[in-house]
Amino acid sequence: MTEVKNEGRHRRKLRASVTEALEGLSDGARIMVGGFGLCGNAEALIKGVLDAGVKDVTLISNNSGNLEKGLAAWLKADIVRRVICTYVGNNEDLHRKMAGKSVEVEIIPQGTFVERMRAAGAGIPAFYTPTGVGTVVAEGKEHRDFDGVTHILEHALRADFALIRAHQVDAFGNLRFWRTARNFSPAMATAAKTTVVEADEVVPMGAIDPDDVHLPGIFVHRVVEVREHEDPYEYKRTRPRPGEAALDATGGAR
Amino acid sequence: MSFSKQEIAARAAQEIAPGSVVNLGIGLPTLVADHIPEGSDVWLQSENGILGMGPFPYEGDEDPQLINAGKQTVTIVPGGSTFDSATSFSMIRGGHVDLAILGAMQVAQNGDLANWAIPGGRVLGIGGAMDLAAGARRILVLTSHVTKKGAPKLVKECSFPLTAAGVVARIITDLAVIDVTPKGFRLVELAPGVSEEEVRAGMDAELLA
Repeated sequence: MTEVKNEGRHRRKLRASVTEALEGLSDGARIMVGGFGLCGNAEALIKGVLDAGVKDVTLISNNSGNLEKGLAAWLKADIVRRVICTYVGNNEDLHRKMAGKSVEVEIIPQGTFVERMRAAGAGIPAFYTPTGVGTVVAEGKEHRDFDGVTHILEHALRADFALIRAHQVDAFGNLRFWRTARNFSPAMATAAKTTVVEADEVVPMGAIDPDDVHLPGIFVHRVVEVREHEDPYEYKRTRPRPGEAALDATGGAR
Repeated sequence: MSFSKQEIAARAAQEIAPGSVVNLGIGLPTLVADHIPEGSDVWLQSENGILGMGPFPYEGDEDPQLINAGKQTVTIVPGGSTFDSATSFSMIRGGHVDLAILGAMQVAQNGDLANWAIPGGRVLGIGGAMDLAAGARRILVLTSHVTKKGAPKLVKECSFPLTAAGVVARIITDLAVIDVTPKGFRLVELAPGVSEEEVRAGMDAELLA
């Protein structure tokens, strides 16, 4: 990004291309990428990082790819040196890299994962949590009792870049997500030095009602509009549309 | 005779108080949703950011950006909400979820739960399991009584890596309903046609009657 003297960080956020939006990304960068599996991935930015030709990145993402899609492309291209995630599941590319020890993988509890990022963004260097006490996660960590319950100390998790996907965004970076595509993205946006948003649609300033902003623009530094997304299904499940009499459900509040 | 998977799920549904918030783990616990009675005002929480998760969508209504923690397409019931992961785990870790129904690889007689990794096996990951086990107000475990190879899952001490220590309240297996008490495992009820001896034979721990 071109730094203009005496210019604040919150002007000229809209970028014409993914390449421009990823300017300044370098080898060894720590990169957070939003998404629960493939849901909520910034698809064009993920591809853009590959095109940028960086290597030795630390990837911080819940699943770091799945079913050979999404961030699996980074693993296949061998640009990742280290992964911080919570769940590997059916991410065969990550299983292969773990088994071959070519990528260092740190697996942490999901609530701790997001809280470490939230803490980083909120100016909290560390916090105590009951999650993981008595497990391998607690090994080597400070333990302390509060109100008779043992907790462990966890540290804030920061990054150089956060790459997140939004549904709508304005020129200041105020944005809205769609359904469960939100997941880790708001916390990541607060925890990174540079947050890049890939939005389905850039809307005029004021089009998003102030009460409806999911993430205020202060946490967003660059915006690129990408209208077409693959949005692959991981496990598509449906049920037959019933006759009028058979409106029985399989879950939820009734 | 014993409980089928659907019968385990149906028995588990009886543990859910009307008007409560419940998180269902991946696998067997997912089946419980089919057995929650209509009109019981049970709210399903999904850790990826839904309170008020509904059933699978009708064909043609599916949305790849609306999924559950197992990454399957789902729906949201009227009154439901979506939110980010930090909020979701505030619900979970903060003790706002009334009941978590989880699967297990091993449960120890002191309530220790192991359900994320087998030593030497392929590690799938932790996901939300440790937060749910540590944070939900009550932990109900659904599991087969023994492994496919016949090894007991209810044991004196877990040999697999723990998910959380001393958290399990009740276990429903294909053979019995068993509570974890300060004195160890206690038999609550037997599956139809199952004897107490069969239940004991499949355990590596004492069973109080």
